[in-house]
Amino acid sequence: MSDQGSFYQRDRSWHPPAFTPSYKTSVLRSPQQPLLSLENTISELTGPVFGHDKLGPLDNDLLRNFAKTGDPIGQRIVVYGRVLDENARPVPGALLEFWQANAGGRYRHKKETYLAAIDPNFGGCGRAITDEEGRYWFRTIKPGAYPWPNGVNDWRPAHIHFSVFGHAFAQRLITQMYFEGDPMIWQDPIVATIPDKSAIEQLVAALDRQNTLPMDALAYKFDIVLRGRRSTMFENRMEGN
Amino acid sequence: MVQKLPFLKESPSQTAGPYVHIGTNPNWVEITGVWKEDLGLVLVGPETKGERIVIKGRVFDGAGDPLKDALLEIWQADAEGLYNSPQEKRGKADPNFVGWGRQPADGTTGEYRFETIKPGRVPYKDGRLMAPHITVWIVARGINTGLHTRLYFSDEEAANAECPVLARIAHKARVPTLIATRAEENGLPTYTFDIHIQGEKETVFFDI
Ligand SMILES: [Fe+2]
Repeated sequence: MSDQGSFYQRDRSWHPPAFTPSYKTSVLRSPQQPLLSLENTISELTGPVFGHDKLGPLDNDLLRNFAKTGDPIGQRIVVYGRVLDENARPVPGALLEFWQANAGGRYRHKKETYLAAIDPNFGGCGRAITDEEGRYWFRTIKPGAYPWPNGVNDWRPAHIHFSVFGHAFAQRLITQMYFEGDPMIWQDPIVATIPDKSAIEQLVAALDRQNTLPMDALAYKFDIVLRGRRSTMFENRMEGN
Repeated sequence: MVQKLPFLKESPSQTAGPYVHIGTNPNWVEITGVWKEDLGLVLVGPETKGERIVIKGRVFDGAGDPLKDALLEIWQADAEGLYNSPQEKRGKADPNFVGWGRQPADGTTGEYRFETIKPGRVPYKDGRLMAPHITVWIVARGINTGLHTRLYFSDEEAANAECPVLARIAHKARVPTLIATRAEENGLPTYTFDIHIQGEKETVFFDI
């Protein structure tokens, strides 16, 4: 099995639709015409590669990569998992970028106005590249929930944003990770843009007591699945079959 | 019961949100010292082969307002029409051109800008050549799944006319939404590519 086939069609009923009125910003930012289906060409089957040399030693350590006077405030956690494709094969060399609010639910961003305090020791960004088995991990603090202007009293559950590059531009994905057991997940208009409950559950990281670092940090496991490709076995089929 | 198929489901997309830059362009939002340079800002170096061009524009919402929080990525072939990717089996691309770029829209005007080179033509599945194009991917608050489109070039009329992908657009009036218009600015060929997420001028977006 090689990497050469085209990608399985994206299951648009598994992803959120573009127009989701309960998430108000989507109303004016959603295409109204149908997307034009395009069988993958070389332009979609290729994608940029990021070498491990692009990363610094603290890129996957949000406890230390911005710290000025000490560790950031908050629950210390390790987030780890694998990047797989829809054929359940690992995706090595995938670049993951992640960003999050601090323990109080405040982002370090010039346009952020929430009254919770900025943590002088927390930047909130990191990145990692998966190893040969598709594995990644990073260290951080658990982000806080935060209110946001949508309804007058809407709150985001604790979450970490992920951007993922696989091997092809067709696999490009941005998503969010939630935390097992958080009741806030089920009242969030952005989570609720995903129509299927089991699709939402795919974004909920599991608390992993086996991999907890004793006297140090809790562990959460979060696997990410990118689109998979057809096997080339069927690529050379006879015309008209 | 039947046998189980072994497939997993793709992780569902979620919006990039308003603070995507923290993860992708931390230096741009004044989170400095974590890493030196944000990825994707520079595509072209002195050794890169090909015609230097600028592409710029804005992304508009359904009310006609530019998105000031959008993040755009581009992916393109080199001047000879080869992609710098392990998945490229037709030859070796220009080692001095990665072909991938990423820029935030300006926080005040909403304008984005890439300095790159004009790509060569690459073949469609059946071997016919597509017109030169750049893949564009747009994420922002309010966009639940990143939008894929293509930028074509106004000075490639003959190639555009025979491009098998442009030919698939049933409503011919929508083809111009994918064509960036060329003008000279500061001595550089500059292509303006405005993207309209919805409304009368809605850009053609692809399900790839
Ligand atoms: Fe967020």
